[in-house]
Amino acid sequence: MSVPALVPSRTPRTARPAVAALATLRRIPLGPLLAWAVLVLLAVAALTPGLLAPQPPNAVDPVNALAPPGSEHLLGTDQLGRDVYSRLVHGTRDSLVVGLGATGLALGAGALLGVLAATARAVVDEVLMRLTDILLAFPGLLLALLVIALLGPGTGHATLAIGLSMLPGFVRLARAQALLVGRADYVHHAVGFGQPRWTARLRHVVPNALPPLVVFATLSIAGAVIAGASLSFLGLGPQPPDPEWGAMLAEGRGQFEDAWALALGPGVAVLLTAAALTVVGRDLQRRLEGRHGHGRR
Amino acid sequence: MKGLPPPAGGLALLRHWVVRRLALAVVVVLGAASAAFAGLWLAPGDPVQLIVGSHEVTPEVAARVRDDLGLDEPLVVQYGRFLGRLLSGDLGHSYQASRPVADVLGDQAAATVELALAGFLLALLGAVLLAVATAGRRPWLRRASSAVELVLGSTPAFWAGIVLLTLFSFRWQLFPAVDGGGLDGLVLPAVTLALPMLGVFAQVLRESMERSLEEPYALSARARGSGETALRLRHSLRHTLVPLLTLSGWTVGSLLSGAVVVETVFSRQGIGRITASAISARDLPVVTGVVVVSAVVFTVVNLLVDVGYAIADPRLKESLR
Repeated sequence: MSVPALVPSRTPRTARPAVAALATLRRIPLGPLLAWAVLVLLAVAALTPGLLAPQPPNAVDPVNALAPPGSEHLLGTDQLGRDVYSRLVHGTRDSLVVGLGATGLALGAGALLGVLAATARAVVDEVLMRLTDILLAFPGLLLALLVIALLGPGTGHATLAIGLSMLPGFVRLARAQALLVGRADYVHHAVGFGQPRWTARLRHVVPNALPPLVVFATLSIAGAVIAGASLSFLGLGPQPPDPEWGAMLAEGRGQFEDAWALALGPGVAVLLTAAALTVVGRDLQRRLEGRHGHGRR
Repeated sequence: MKGLPPPAGGLALLRHWVVRRLALAVVVVLGAASAAFAGLWLAPGDPVQLIVGSHEVTPEVAARVRDDLGLDEPLVVQYGRFLGRLLSGDLGHSYQASRPVADVLGDQAAATVELALAGFLLALLGAVLLAVATAGRRPWLRRASSAVELVLGSTPAFWAGIVLLTLFSFRWQLFPAVDGGGLDGLVLPAVTLALPMLGVFAQVLRESMERSLEEPYALSARARGSGETALRLRHSLRHTLVPLLTLSGWTVGSLLSGAVVVETVFSRQGIGRITASAISARDLPVVTGVVVVSAVVFTVVNLLVDVGYAIADPRLKESLR
């Protein structure tokens, strides 16, 4: 029995290309794309700041102090007459170096210690993990503050301090990953087929344990950048007159009513950096979970 | 934090787990204290010079100070004394204020606790409202909510504080720029402390609430004619709040480090501001005192949460029956 078509097709032939185009447009991951664009821009600013901001960041011009944004100074000048836009662009490097350096430090040392804990004898494992617990007991930025109180302020010390406070998380994740992957069938088979244990670890355990660590690292950079900016706002990071976003805000205090760009610029820079890194990190996480076939969404 | 309690085996196993967890907490606190001692001992500079400051030091005075501090004793003895003093609540002597560190911190603790509590409650309230309003609702609402969470979570607290201070205190003069002790002076600092946390809380709550709305009890509540908002408030919320417990360690950490920044921005009294100025002045006993105290607070909170979780988890009760 044939059923007559009572309702005509909802989408006439002519509308289809438009619908398809809209569907394709929706499938483009707009958030990650934008985030990557921000990251590329930041990389350019960090590597060749002169390309984006030809004016020298430290040129003092007291006559033009606290000039409003205009054609001469895109975002105006600060209390010493220095170009705010130029200082923002030139400050990218120090601001990113602390965040990236600290994360790199935590990732490298954490992966090493975590794999060591997972594969060495039980005593070593116990000692390493209890030390990690002790590091974890210093909440938030406090470990970093203690380290800086000991070593003194500066870019390198701030990087080291933040890296150390991020370390426990990486050690734990690396250990859990190494244990998980080390138990996998393909590692046993490789060893069973005569591959030496260390070769098997390097060729099979490390590459398969690494992706979640890299995703975790990407998601951690945002927090490290914010922590770095906070430390330099407190005067404990890069030292003046070097431009750095947190330090710029600290130096410009008290001028913000007259020079709004001085207050907005560095904050927006940190915010955009952290948001872009988070979006990219989450995108990586989603892809990784999808690849392993247990995505949450 | 410390792995899940045993899935089965009854009260004995639970007790064993609690004892092990307690022992671990003691190890951690002892480790933190040792790290503080090592910090004091490793610090560059002569403590005598730091205490006496810029004054000329005669050898006799220096010798007396060294004797007072026990700096000439063997290291092991100094370490033992340090731990003994910690146990009796003596955190050492501030170089800067020439007062006991415990007194300095005691004076400031109330202001910081007040700020931290206010910030935490604001963040929690805001996150609950955001989750109830957006979890499982229309896609555009959820997308907007996750954008707000992203922005809040990416905003550095010191900048949020500066913007709020500039707008609400200087431009519109709605709140005092300097805390006069009243409740209105607490508003801006508490909001500043709460904002970054709100972003994280809201995200966790929303995802957890969306999961709970797919549970059978949600269906049965809907079948009984419960409205969507009532369902979220009356049934879903209490399930939703559980994952926040696992965040409690992170929360204590961000409240403490947030206090350092917020108290500096708003020139407020408190432990955070004392810490920041002690670091700049290299007043190490104050810094180590703060670090040891917060490590103890942090460990105790984690311990309480873990044990409370183990006792409250209905699945564990099931296995104990």
